[in-house]
Amino acid sequence: MNAPNKSGWKPAMTPDNGASAGTGTLTGNRALMLEEPLLFEIGHAETTGVDLELVEAELPNRLGGMERKGSIGLVGLTEPETVRHYTRLSRQNYGIDLGFFPLGSCTMKHNPRLNEKVARMPGFADVHPMAPASTAQGALQVVYELGDWLKKLTGMPAVAMSPKAGAHGELCGILAIRAALTARGDAREVVLCPESAHGTNPATAAFAGYRVEDIPATPEGRVDVDALKARLGPDVAAVMITNPNTCGLFERDFKVIADAVHEAGGFVYCDGANFNAIVGKVRPGDLGVDAMHINLHKTFSTPHGGGGPGSGPVVLSEALAAYAPLPFVRKTGDLYELVEEEDAAAAETSFGRMTAFHGQMGMFTRALTYMLSHGADGLKQVSEDAVLNANYILRSLEDLLHAPYADSGPCMHEALFGDKDFGNGLTTLDLAKALIDEGYHPMTVYFPLVVHGAMLVEPTETESKATIDQFISAFRSVAQRALDGDESMKHAPYYAPRRRLDETQAARKPVLAWEGDRET
Amino acid sequence: MRYLPLTDTDRGDMLERVGASSIDDLFVDVPEAARLDGPIRGLPMHMSEMAVERHMRARSKKNLAAADAPFFLGAGAYRHHVPASVDTIIQRGEFLTAYTPYQPEIAQGTLQMLFEFQTQVARLYGCAVANASMYDGSTACWEAVAMAGRVTRKSRAVLSGALHPHYTEVVKTMAQFTGDTIADSAPTVQPEPDEAGLIARIDDQTSCVVVQYPDILGRVSDLSKVAEAAHEKGALLIAVVTEPVALGAIASPGELGADIVVGEGQSIGVGLQFGGPYLGLFAVRDKKHVRQMPGRLCGETQDAEGKRGYVLTLSTREQHIRREKATSNICTNSGLCALAFTVHMTLLGEKGLRQLAMENHRLACIAADRLAKVPGVEVITRSFFNEFAVKLTGAKGIGARQIVRDLADEGVLAGVSLARLYPGHPELDDALLIAVTETSTEDDIAALAHALQEKLA
Amino acid sequence: MPRYFTDEHEWIDIEGDSATVGITDYAQEQLGDIVFVELPDVGAALDKGGDAAVVESVKAASDVYAPITGEVTEGNGALEDEPALVNTSPEEDGWFFRMTIGDTSELEGLMDDKAYKAFIDGL
Repeated sequence: MNAPNKSGWKPAMTPDNGASAGTGTLTGNRALMLEEPLLFEIGHAETTGVDLELVEAELPNRLGGMERKGSIGLVGLTEPETVRHYTRLSRQNYGIDLGFFPLGSCTMKHNPRLNEKVARMPGFADVHPMAPASTAQGALQVVYELGDWLKKLTGMPAVAMSPKAGAHGELCGILAIRAALTARGDAREVVLCPESAHGTNPATAAFAGYRVEDIPATPEGRVDVDALKARLGPDVAAVMITNPNTCGLFERDFKVIADAVHEAGGFVYCDGANFNAIVGKVRPGDLGVDAMHINLHKTFSTPHGGGGPGSGPVVLSEALAAYAPLPFVRKTGDLYELVEEEDAAAAETSFGRMTAFHGQMGMFTRALTYMLSHGADGLKQVSEDAVLNANYILRSLEDLLHAPYADSGPCMHEALFGDKDFGNGLTTLDLAKALIDEGYHPMTVYFPLVVHGAMLVEPTETESKATIDQFISAFRSVAQRALDGDESMKHAPYYAPRRRLDETQAARKPVLAWEGDRET
Repeated sequence: MRYLPLTDTDRGDMLERVGASSIDDLFVDVPEAARLDGPIRGLPMHMSEMAVERHMRARSKKNLAAADAPFFLGAGAYRHHVPASVDTIIQRGEFLTAYTPYQPEIAQGTLQMLFEFQTQVARLYGCAVANASMYDGSTACWEAVAMAGRVTRKSRAVLSGALHPHYTEVVKTMAQFTGDTIADSAPTVQPEPDEAGLIARIDDQTSCVVVQYPDILGRVSDLSKVAEAAHEKGALLIAVVTEPVALGAIASPGELGADIVVGEGQSIGVGLQFGGPYLGLFAVRDKKHVRQMPGRLCGETQDAEGKRGYVLTLSTREQHIRREKATSNICTNSGLCALAFTVHMTLLGEKGLRQLAMENHRLACIAADRLAKVPGVEVITRSFFNEFAVKLTGAKGIGARQIVRDLADEGVLAGVSLARLYPGHPELDDALLIAVTETSTEDDIAALAHALQEKLA
Repeated sequence: MPRYFTDEHEWIDIEGDSATVGITDYAQEQLGDIVFVELPDVGAALDKGGDAAVVESVKAASDVYAPITGEVTEGNGALEDEPALVNTSPEEDGWFFRMTIGDTSELEGLMDDKAYKAFIDGL
């Protein structure tokens, strides 16, 4: 039996303001839209949902006098209460399973459930990272085979599997570049990034000790090759370019750029966030890339999970392979082994260890399952459908919405729009919130920074034409309202579990943990 | 292809709308030389769901799952029972297939969960504020060192010799590039950690002192003196907790004076998973340090109708806004693992966590006593939670690492040898770490003792 | 008490050998709701045009530059609890820091009230 809610908190009654559906209810609930208190307001320190097989004997104590005294401040719920609490919370979330999620640069494709089933096989899920190699041959084999797929899909000779996410992979690539330069006694200081780059690119380069300089873009939304070439020199360690780029365009001159960078003694880092547009269709290795991370949670369908965990293996060129982080999997004959610090030759050149163990195994099993399901033919179809869907959206909206690069050639897997000519001070944010009311997760907004009020739409390949057609109609409707200056959009969404949230208050007076039991 | 809804008719209609005569028209910007003429060679074609499952199961079966053997591995990753409802919750599509909650009006589920998670972690650690999680314990450890540099504006980190060597390696890897000085030290296998030696290494240039609690040999010791010594020199104390269940039994690092507490959350809800994904926990004892923290933070606020709600906040610290001036380049958290942790922690509650911790300790004590009776085994660690070090004094010349391999062949997963963790330290060759959790039975302990006895005879 | 302006939208008041620095009304309007101000430490040596402080809104962080060279003598502690002062009173209560005047000739390159008004009208 639980103690009653100590704080006395209950969901506020919602007065009918004419904008939201229905009238106020006693509970604050609206049929299937259920309010849920905080765990700490419904749980109790004496409640537990776990029955341990407790021994009644006198307990030993070898804690060295360090026993934890006093209350920790945690609360528990029984299993039925726990399941309900989180089920109710889950229903306040939008996910791919629920609807179209065209979040540009994030590749919100369907997450096949076979992936989940495979990841939970005990031979993968219930194996310790330091289990003797003889007892983990199948797990090591999966790491090796996934690496092999990644090498073949990218046309690159080497791969580092341990980076835990895309930004961690970027770090891996840039650190390998820095190690290679150091090894040849070449102290270069500058990394060039386009202004349209993901924020992680400059953050990564700065972390690795480089000064970051912008690469100028042409009006058509691609890297200005002449300006870039003019900037190259003995101080430039690397260029970091996303291809396809964040404006949704393929960098036509990538190979030309790569050759020029190499000639100037630098390295080429490709941000692989947009690999879904070209997987199975183009191999980055053929374009002169030295390092590229691959977000398994984008291209290879491992779940985004409400913000991670990701996984960011990095493919490397011959020139960088020796500097890859430890540990990695080596195959000798039919045997797989983990190469760690004790391997003197590997430790000599490797730039070191990036994480305690060997990477995101749970993501590796899912990604390999996805690759096997699609095969080389299916992956080619993936990029083709993703690109077709994006072009279809671009061409279905360009007459209405400002599409700054519509004349720069076909887009790749994302269509980019801007907020030009919106009426009455309406913004991209207002349009995004209106789309929420239409039942969609909004596209990426205000990125890339090079387009005013940017809206980056990435449909992916796992949507039907009917879904995309309905989205286009809804998008056209809200875009028209924005152009017409429909003031009501400033207060959207009206039908979501919450209206617009006060982010200013959240940042001015941060409340980052519940302290309801500590104020009194 | 079961995952691709477009039909050939759809594709034809859409190409027409786009004004392309074939799909290749949409790839015209790819240079001729880089265009492939068909599916990439050397890779198989698509497979049915059944065939893929068969293929992967064959690989899974080549591994010895922890549940199928007496199992005593720890050293930074621990096997605990995860209640069935945890997996049910994390497989709900609304959690599994959601993105980072950048549109808070339709992400309150994830956000409220993160707020609850942050509160649980802060309390477990004895801290004021925890973030929404990092990649894993080792990367969180580096981030803490980097943060201490920002707070103190000093750049010499002193690492305890009893910090997990992989964590030390990660910190050293990163420090090569930031110019921080890392003062580490060699491990020694003895009953008590070398507190005096650690304190002696702290100087005025020291930004932080990094200690593991319980440490790599499982030793539990009071951090207060180290905290005091660090603070005297204007340095922060960073405590690293690789086994969060321990904090159901022993005092929190925050109470003992640690300024930043980081660690691995894998023990609660996440599982072993051959090393990842895991869950980096990160907390600060004093709110004043919040703006120097890395990673995402979820905060409470209200909506336009005055209803309580949650948002990601203080984002100006992060790379998508601050770019090259960000506190870290991290762009994610370990969201689904945080959910698993928080659901498991909710099921446990304070009562269950304390019971779970005592059950771990009880079994570990039984194992230590049982192994102490094996000729040729010396139990080194005196005060511990659920993991302790032994010396296989009877293993003349074979080494603990080989013994672990041999026992694995006999179906006993005996522990982690220090030789594996510390290559190049032959003096540690006979040492073995043994972790005992609630999943180990007394029969398992007997099997381990028996196998060691046979081996050392 | 002469007041000068920079083209990065800082203002600087000169009073004897001390100067007070803040951001202009125009700047706060562009930034929106200010949620945090990071001030330089007392005693910090500032170079003209170098980073001096950071002002944050929910979605942006902007550097505030030192209008002249000098040493910080005082930060506006009130901004810690009430960063909104920068919005409500940018050119008075919402000042950022006080500093010494290293080189009075540096003031000559700055704008006066009229010149700054003309400058922002042209933006």
